[in-house]
Amino acid sequence: MAPPTSPSEARPLAVGRRAGTGDDAAGLGRARAAAFVAPALVLVAVFLVFPAVWTLYLGATDYRLTGIAASDPKFVGADNYRDVLGDGGFHHSLWLTLQFVLGSAVVGQTVLGFAIAWVMRDRTGPLRRLVEGLVLLAWILPSSVIAFLWIALLDRDDGTLNALLGTPGTAWLLDHPMACIVVFNVWRGTAFSMMLYGAALGNVPPSHLETARLAGASTWQTLRDAVFPRVRGHVLTSLLLVSLWTFNDFTPFLITAGGPDRRSEVLSVYVYRTALGDGRLGFGAAVALVMILVNLVIALLYLRALRGRKEAAA
Amino acid sequence: MNETVREALRRIGLATFVSAVLGFFALPLLWLAFAPFDANPGITASLPEFTLHNFKVLMDNPYALASLRNSVLLAAGTAALVVACAALAAYALSRVRIPGRDVLLYLLLLLSSIITGTAAMVPVFLLAFNLHLIDSRAGVVLVLTGGLLPAAIFLLKDFTDGTPVSYEEAARVFGASPLQILRHVVAPVIRPGLATVAVWTVAQVWGDFLMPFLLLRNPDKAPASVIMYTFYTEGGQPDLALISTFSLLYSLPVVVMYLFVSRRYGFRFHGGIKR
Repeated sequence: MAPPTSPSEARPLAVGRRAGTGDDAAGLGRARAAAFVAPALVLVAVFLVFPAVWTLYLGATDYRLTGIAASDPKFVGADNYRDVLGDGGFHHSLWLTLQFVLGSAVVGQTVLGFAIAWVMRDRTGPLRRLVEGLVLLAWILPSSVIAFLWIALLDRDDGTLNALLGTPGTAWLLDHPMACIVVFNVWRGTAFSMMLYGAALGNVPPSHLETARLAGASTWQTLRDAVFPRVRGHVLTSLLLVSLWTFNDFTPFLITAGGPDRRSEVLSVYVYRTALGDGRLGFGAAVALVMILVNLVIALLYLRALRGRKEAAA
Repeated sequence: MNETVREALRRIGLATFVSAVLGFFALPLLWLAFAPFDANPGITASLPEFTLHNFKVLMDNPYALASLRNSVLLAAGTAALVVACAALAAYALSRVRIPGRDVLLYLLLLLSSIITGTAAMVPVFLLAFNLHLIDSRAGVVLVLTGGLLPAAIFLLKDFTDGTPVSYEEAARVFGASPLQILRHVVAPVIRPGLATVAVWTVAQVWGDFLMPFLLLRNPDKAPASVIMYTFYTEGGQPDLALISTFSLLYSLPVVVMYLFVSRRYGFRFHGGIKR
């Protein structure tokens, strides 16, 4: 339940393929096999599946963190869902989330990641290691450390950015909170796209690129005609994955906490504030259900794209 | 002539792009590199007047080292539980035809990607509350394990599928019992897979902020991610000597793990070490 968990892109799921040998080489037997699977299933059932199902019920109650409704929550049916869908704060947050996902993941990380992978494709040596190392560092460092680094970078009085640009006193996080977390997330997550497209570009036959070069094709034409058809499957699946992760990312909370004045309150932060900040657990659960549904749509598309890619490869 | 101009422009464009990328990614990290060793650490990144005094400030803080210990406890506990449960499940699912196996795997994968920490924080909080797991490290370990297990089972099952069954068959011919085969034949063969999952789990838990932030109340139990956050959000002027050294110490294990993994496996498993 920690950060979004998803299987690796390079070794995707075994669903749809004949899994293993299935002939029980060690003579385990079905009963013992079931006993082996049981502990994992119990943990997943209690701490992953049950909370999700419970969200459905909680969203239909007036459960609160404190007060009367905390000890004796009432069933209120679809009221919360109606409230959520009619809530201006929710619409606002949904709109910000859309900007966040489209701006930072779909456009930012994908374009920058691809561009870096493209430029570095046939380079070796220290420059490539330096670039890749820095991009990866941004990705692997703990989020609370990264968050402070960005707060320091964008600080109004002594921030490095203001010192560099010669714009002392510009309060980036107060004046442009959304732009800040979008740029931040591009910085944070580009590594995944870079590595994925790096691997995908390795699958483009060098002869195709050579032919394009000899034919005098421009970079753009080469990308469009020789490269893109080869990496299309990767683009689709990685777009869905980074969208899913960005949609569920809680790191904006560490930088702006949704502020100022809720101007950077993406859905993950909105759920936190309504449910645990304001104590409206029922309402928060209703918002959470909306999030789960969005996740479900993205995940189903992802699994379908993955299967399509496998069939295309077979 | 035209060709040379175009080639020159291309090179200039390329160099500009690479420098911009380098600048963009290095800029926020500069502070982390310099401030810990600066005698007067400020918010602005600047070349330090070298000192190690800041690390003494770190040692004197009652929460700093304790929180790193808590992070180790959470990461090690979760990794042990995830590896043990995932290994058993993955092996059984890989080798034995259990009815409904493919559906089960598909559902696990789907659920683990749609039920994320942010989407499930409300019920997880209430669940922990009702099970008296609030302010308990074991509670955090259990919740994190539940979330990480499906992906871990997948990684390991894939790995087990790729290992030959001939060793197991041979051992069986020589009269080894199933459990002996598991311990002495299967475990050594899938050890690299187990190590991968362990490293992956530790990296996930080490950086996780949301679950311990939600479920732990007592600052004595909080891991480094949460303590780091309180250092710069709670109370007055942030102590930059403390924050900078703590950030560095807290980040180092992840970097070391990454170097270890990339050296050992060439960082082939995308999305592996994180997420």
